[in-house]
Amino acid sequence: MKTLLGTKVGMTQIFTADGTVVPVTVIQAGPCVVTQKKTVGTDGYEATQIAFGDVKPKRLNKPLLGHLKKAGVSPKAHLVEVPGPSDLAVGDVVDVSAFVEGDVVKVTGISKGKGFQGVMKRHGFGGGPAGHGTHFHRTPGSIGASADPARVFRGSRLPGQMGNDRVTQRGLTVVSTDGERNLILVKGSIPGGKGSLVVIRGQ
Amino acid sequence: MTVIDVLEQKQLRSDIPQFKAGDTLRVHFKVIEGSRERIQVFQGFCIKRQGQGVRETFTVRKQSFGVGVERTFPLHSPKIDKIEVTAIVDVRRAKLYYLRQKIGKKARIKEKRV
Repeated sequence: MKTLLGTKVGMTQIFTADGTVVPVTVIQAGPCVVTQKKTVGTDGYEATQIAFGDVKPKRLNKPLLGHLKKAGVSPKAHLVEVPGPSDLAVGDVVDVSAFVEGDVVKVTGISKGKGFQGVMKRHGFGGGPAGHGTHFHRTPGSIGASADPARVFRGSRLPGQMGNDRVTQRGLTVVSTDGERNLILVKGSIPGGKGSLVVIRGQ
Repeated sequence: MTVIDVLEQKQLRSDIPQFKAGDTLRVHFKVIEGSRERIQVFQGFCIKRQGQGVRETFTVRKQSFGVGVERTFPLHSPKIDKIEVTAIVDVRRAKLYYLRQKIGKKARIKEKRV
């Protein structure tokens, strides 16, 4: 499976050849270097580890620096494992040329954190009327029956942390790639803020 | 310049005439019908320009059979063949939304004396 790491740059729009406007997200992706091959013999499963993002050596700890030195790779900020067999070898470079225009991809990132939010924002509850003497405004209301079951069911939609989750946006089309500047343009939005790490995977 | 600025700069058109809200425009717009392409002209006055860079759009308003019709075009769209500015007027606002409430003689705007 094709996998590439990148950072979200932001959104803009593109005119296609026939003049329609396509909203796109720009991702600065790759180049990624293969740092480790996991095999059934040594690790019990097959996977490829790829690294992305140059960083000063003093930002990494000694075990990680040693791991990258073994692979002959300069210090990198992010390591991600791609499960499954592949024909890549340690030291191989994967870049945006792995994807072509029209590919359908999945993009995974960490969504923007919204903090502790109530049910109206977090789950889209309707809430109550604002006025006319009511005291029922933004509270969740009933969360279940009384003595039987005598507990709150798991998964009940209640207030809590919203955002800052790992989110995968599937079914995004690659609009164009730029090998020179290592850019991928996908149609639509992707999770996370500008500058956040994203994983692009082919489907 | 950021990566996005570079992407947007490439798509900007340089053949767009200078115009502002109130000016009368003839927008020659390419319409694709099946396999053939023809040019449709939308004539009216510009009531607003909005956005910047490649995302800039403008809205043209006209009266068609007594009904007000507004159409918004992306300024840098390749579908626009050309824009003709037929009259330059004197207005004091950037957004002429007040003209939507005016009909007949009151919907006129004074032309600029050159």
